[in-house]
Amino acid sequence: MTSTTYTLTHDNLNALLRALVAAGKQLHAPQRVGPKVFFKPVNDAATIVFDYVQTAESPKSLLFPKAEFLVSYRQNSEGMVVTDHLQKEIPEMILFGSRPCDAAALSRFVQFFADGHADAMVTQRRRALTIISMSCIASDPACFCTSCGSSPGDTTGSDLLLTPISNGRYLVDVVTEKGQSLVAANEALFEQAPTIVKDSYLATVEAVFTPEEITKRLATSFNDPIWKNASLRCIGCGACAYVCPTCSCFTIEDEGNDRTGDRLRCWDSCAFALFTVHTTGHNPRPTQTERWRQRVMHKFSYLPETNHFLGCVGCGRCSRACPADMNLKEQIIAIAELLPAIG
Amino acid sequence: MENTYKPYLMRIERAIDEAPGVKTFRLAFANDDDRARFSFKTGQFGEYSVFGEGESTFCIASSPTRDGYIECTFRQAGRVTSALARKEEGDTIGFRGPYGNIFPIEAWTGKNLLFVAGGIALPPLRSVIWNALDLRSNFKDITVLYGARSVADLVYKQELDEWGKRSDMKLVTTVDPGGETADWKGSVGFVPAVLEKMAPSPENTIAIVCGPPVMIKYTFPVLEKFNFTPDQIFTTLENRMKCGVGKCGRCTVGPVYVCKDGPVFTYRQLQSLPAEY
Repeated sequence: MTSTTYTLTHDNLNALLRALVAAGKQLHAPQRVGPKVFFKPVNDAATIVFDYVQTAESPKSLLFPKAEFLVSYRQNSEGMVVTDHLQKEIPEMILFGSRPCDAAALSRFVQFFADGHADAMVTQRRRALTIISMSCIASDPACFCTSCGSSPGDTTGSDLLLTPISNGRYLVDVVTEKGQSLVAANEALFEQAPTIVKDSYLATVEAVFTPEEITKRLATSFNDPIWKNASLRCIGCGACAYVCPTCSCFTIEDEGNDRTGDRLRCWDSCAFALFTVHTTGHNPRPTQTERWRQRVMHKFSYLPETNHFLGCVGCGRCSRACPADMNLKEQIIAIAELLPAIG
Repeated sequence: MENTYKPYLMRIERAIDEAPGVKTFRLAFANDDDRARFSFKTGQFGEYSVFGEGESTFCIASSPTRDGYIECTFRQAGRVTSALARKEEGDTIGFRGPYGNIFPIEAWTGKNLLFVAGGIALPPLRSVIWNALDLRSNFKDITVLYGARSVADLVYKQELDEWGKRSDMKLVTTVDPGGETADWKGSVGFVPAVLEKMAPSPENTIAIVCGPPVMIKYTFPVLEKFNFTPDQIFTTLENRMKCGVGKCGRCTVGPVYVCKDGPVFTYRQLQSLPAEY
């Protein structure tokens, strides 16, 4: 459906965002908090920022909150009553300003939760969400989307993709029917335009490895000594998983007492020592070496094998967030150099 | 779509002290509709919960041939199992499941079944054993070798007596050296050593093995010595779990999820996996 394109002026984009807020839609867009930019609910469209390379956190919490209620329970005179938190109707949400890598990540994220035993909460929220992404006209050294199957103008996963072109205008790629209906509902703001080749307006992100090659090399790397060196700096803080747009591991915990309380699902990370430890004290991943290997293998070897997509889109957030300065892009390049090529 | 995480409410119909720190609960569905729509197959597991404490993962230890209830056997060890152990007959707990794959018992029709279990790992095999005994004519010889550290640590003592008296199966029980009592009539020795003395034939036989890692480690080589192929040997794995349905990312062994690709694996499958369990 990428054939229909429109242009939109910056003023009309602001008008669109204001109209969405005025219509009571839950709009989430990049806003400045201190020196960083985060996706936050918008009350005033004037607070939305446009001059950022990447937000500090990914937008995945719109589909998968950091903590959410699964069930609540209450003991009454009849016995225990368990109530469901699965909503029948999810209010419409709009995500504005996600980068193409984030939209690509969310599509893989949703695919993972929909495959096999489908997760009602995540799939339901995606249905309620419209994604208006913004192409990248700038990148930073942590970016490596073009090595992970995405690119600065990738439409994958977005409903609409805006690309800043000349004269304060945006080229609008209509990617899905949902995107088309958003345009149709605000028709006066958009101008039909011939398809424009976007490439000259986009940031250049050099491809530094081919994912298929990495996946192939990792297949036989499990016992390779590279993991020891690669993981030496890791302090197991889990910041990488927290900011990652595809990391989906979680824990389930109860809060309350034996009579009343809630069961919650909360983000978790394979970087934590307690993640896999058995009650006996036995831990299948006893040191940070095994945990770091799991993180890399899961994203670049296991997910391509089992789910047919890479668990990384090269957004670079983990490298920017790591307090020990572990850079995933550099690590993968080093793996490509160190691991023997497989015939 | 349904909320996977909403548990069934289960009433504890019977609570049995099996061994020091080990209990069995027979659980009945508090809601008749839940009971009517619930079914499981041998080898599957569930998430058992104490409200306010959390969920814990155990196999379903009863046979699917026994309708209307499920049983679980657990050792009091952590927060949830300690809270479970304080529950009594008549109390309500949560359960969700069944999850995971199954022992392919239908494919074993006409074969000899050799069960090898150690300690608290008899419960998953007990489900298969009763399943096979309840369909006795489908199988040829049924042999059970079960060992524990001491006589007191043997679980399902009453059922062991019953199995020992049956003429249509063979039961060998053993305890680790020093674990025997004055009136102990079974073997004394570690499970792999006792198995070696039994010299099992691989002819038309499936071996189903479950036990602590050290028992497994020394049992597989014994079976291989007697020419069991890795396809003839089945086991069931355990790893820390939360969701039970292949999402939370905790129980993975390489690309495999113990919860949805297992918990039942052949030794051949294990050979292709990293030892992250």
